[in-house]
Amino acid sequence: MSAPLLVLDDLRKSFGGLRATDGLSLDVRPGELHALIGPNGAGKSTAIGQITGEIRPDSGRIRFDGAEITHLSAARRARRGMVRSFQVVQLLEEASAEDHLALAVQARQGHSFRFWRAARRDRGLREPARALLDRFGLDPARRGLPASALSAGERKQVELALALALRPRLLLLDEPMAGLGAGESQAMTETLRRLKGEVAILLVEHDMEAVFALADRVSVLVRGRCIASGAPEAIRADPAVRAAYLGEGEEA
Amino acid sequence: MRERLVALAALLAALALPWIAEAAGSPASIGLATRMAIYALAAASLNLALGFGGMVSFGHAAFYGIGGYAVGILYAHWSWQEPLLGLIPGSVSLAATLLAAMAAGGVAAAAIGALSLRTGGVSFIMITLAFAQMVFFLFVSLKAYGGDDGLSIRRRGELPGLDLRDPAQLYWLCLGLLLAWLLLLRRVTRARFGQVLSAARQNERRVVALGISPYPYRLVAFILSGMGTALAGALMANATRFVSTDMLHWTKSGELMVMVILGGAGTLMGPVLGAVALVGLEYGLAGLTEHWQFILGPLLVLVVIFARGGLMAALRRLRLA
Amino acid sequence: MALFLEQVLNGLQLGVTLFLLAAGLTLVFGIMGIINLAHGSLYMTGAFAAAWVAAETGSALLALPAGLAAAGLAGMAMEALVLRRLYGRDHLDQVLATFGLILFFNQGMVLLFGRQPLLVEIPPALRGTVELLPGLPYPVYRLAIILVGLAVALGLYVLIRHTRTGMLVRAGATHREMVRALGVDVRLLYTLVFGLGALLAGLAGLMAGPLFSVQIGMGEQILILTFVVTVIGGVGSVRGALAGALLVGLADTLARAYLPALLRGWMQGPDADALAAGLAAMSVYALMAVILLWRPRGLFPAHA
Repeated sequence: MSAPLLVLDDLRKSFGGLRATDGLSLDVRPGELHALIGPNGAGKSTAIGQITGEIRPDSGRIRFDGAEITHLSAARRARRGMVRSFQVVQLLEEASAEDHLALAVQARQGHSFRFWRAARRDRGLREPARALLDRFGLDPARRGLPASALSAGERKQVELALALALRPRLLLLDEPMAGLGAGESQAMTETLRRLKGEVAILLVEHDMEAVFALADRVSVLVRGRCIASGAPEAIRADPAVRAAYLGEGEEA
Repeated sequence: MRERLVALAALLAALALPWIAEAAGSPASIGLATRMAIYALAAASLNLALGFGGMVSFGHAAFYGIGGYAVGILYAHWSWQEPLLGLIPGSVSLAATLLAAMAAGGVAAAAIGALSLRTGGVSFIMITLAFAQMVFFLFVSLKAYGGDDGLSIRRRGELPGLDLRDPAQLYWLCLGLLLAWLLLLRRVTRARFGQVLSAARQNERRVVALGISPYPYRLVAFILSGMGTALAGALMANATRFVSTDMLHWTKSGELMVMVILGGAGTLMGPVLGAVALVGLEYGLAGLTEHWQFILGPLLVLVVIFARGGLMAALRRLRLA
Repeated sequence: MALFLEQVLNGLQLGVTLFLLAAGLTLVFGIMGIINLAHGSLYMTGAFAAAWVAAETGSALLALPAGLAAAGLAGMAMEALVLRRLYGRDHLDQVLATFGLILFFNQGMVLLFGRQPLLVEIPPALRGTVELLPGLPYPVYRLAIILVGLAVALGLYVLIRHTRTGMLVRAGATHREMVRALGVDVRLLYTLVFGLGALLAGLAGLMAGPLFSVQIGMGEQILILTFVVTVIGGVGSVRGALAGALLVGLADTLARAYLPALLRGWMQGPDADALAAGLAAMSVYALMAVILLWRPRGLFPAHA
């Protein structure tokens, strides 16, 4: 078995008296799709925040690809190949889909301290950007519109394309199904299925159908700690999980 | 096409202004136009930080004043024949003093920006204001350079082939530098650098998620902005042959911001229009009453509340209509 | 030693004056998200109204309510006519509109009272000094300001910690949307908070009258110091405003008192005095820079 790509080791984080993360340990192996689930308030957002670098843990360590990244900034983590999507899509509202992808290509190519050549006419940026949009099948007629004019589904598409444009080694997907209709969720599940194996994915998701259809492994987060981790069938059968989570969630 | 024609006509009119003023029997308006060009340069520079970069600096008077004082102090040491700090010889060379002013403005912007950019939002506004006040009090306390009373500059910058005692030549110098600076800003904002700067203004989290840390880009933009503002201050020192702590006063920062917003933040030509409009308005109102600020104040409030996007947006609406 | 204690008391007195202004400024920002440059204009309004009434009637008892009423009314008019339209707008728009208000207020005062500073006498009951410690006489009036300031701080603490309004104020500072969602009459809450801030600013202004001269521009001088206070304390935090105000008041006063003597050690008299005055004025900004390096969000960050 290959060495894990991402390792969380005994992370702890409190806000005031509230222990949002309480000794969380977890790992993601290369190429696997690992789903992180848990009831509302289990501390999923705090966990994601610590993995991406937006929140500093009080104690514990995070390693990525063998190197300690606990104190690295969010931007540096992204540059190392740990790329995320957001629960509420984060786009540049004035920029078009193509502008977004061009910026991602620019970010991948290194620093942007270039002051003279017009970026919009730079074929080294625009052509790869268009190729990426082709791959994601965004309607060519909508590629020039500002992000604020796109539909929720299109915005999710753009954000996923942005993440992949950076050629990540680990993709952190923060509730990619949130806010999507049934048809769009189906399409997103298909997209993720196609990505599986190409890149390691840590999927935080509420949509259980999608989780059990896609995941190689599932970890269950309750009150800031991981109470079970294993293959989907094993998790489904785990009495502790049923008691803490599935029981309440599905029968109510 | 029509837009280019209008721009060309405006440019030609600006170039020919000294002759038009002479012909119309109003040579004093060359001085007014010079002030407009200088403020346009300062406002366009502020706009790089404020409009394109989203850094609401309330402290640009510091850079404006430092630019002015760079010229004044170099002149003073030149006239005393005594090097500054025993090292830097005084000078009245135009090229040397303008470059020194930009360098001083850049250094000050680097120091102030490096600290202030650690914060954001409303704290950034207050901190830039506070640092500008610090510079203000520093110059008030430097009695060697006139303190409160300011410093007279009895000799304008010298450059072979140019005579700045001629108002028209001074005007052309300011106009030329303004145009050059606008060209530079146009390139910078459209280049890769400008794309990152603008993206960081629109959504910082998005930019960070792409692996870009906005801080160094913002800092460089802030420094460029400070350098351009200092250049404007240096030109103003040449135009008025006087520098004082008035140039550093916090209301100067406010005025520059008003010009940017009045014209249209984040557009290339907006600050120029705003500077022309505000300087013209102040001149016009001051001709009417000594209490012109009593009218200008409420006018500003109305502009902010009702005219979003400034003059550039109004022009755009006009063109669509 | 007695001299040092006296300077510390002077620092406290400047500190509580700054606190009265900073508390309003920081609450208005914390709850409404508004940065109000014209807060200093309310301070000036209070000072001018009190000075004018005192000069006309000779009664300090009438001057007090007059200053408070003028500042309160000006504040309410400001909120209803201008600031209400700026909630949720860019800070930039707020800065510009309130900058316009400053021009309006300053010129308005010139029109009403002229450019000459008004002189205000200390009310007879508060003249003279008390001997706080043997060998430490201290002016009664300054002591009264300190006591009033501390009483206001205590009152605010009780109001914010132990009343329903205070609970909403606290909630509003950290979870603006939630308070709106609770169905609270936000408009009334805003007006109350703004009115309270205006009253405190007016109180600070009318008390400062006999110590500093009452003149155009007095509001902006102190407003900028108040900004330093709020940034040091953490924007939006009343506790931070108190800590920041006392720090700034002490730093400014002590620097002014002791720097000239220090500099005279190696410079000539007048030059040393001028430079010392400048450095003393700069000291609070330097203090702010150091604190920001250490804690970019201030001593007591209000928003997590």
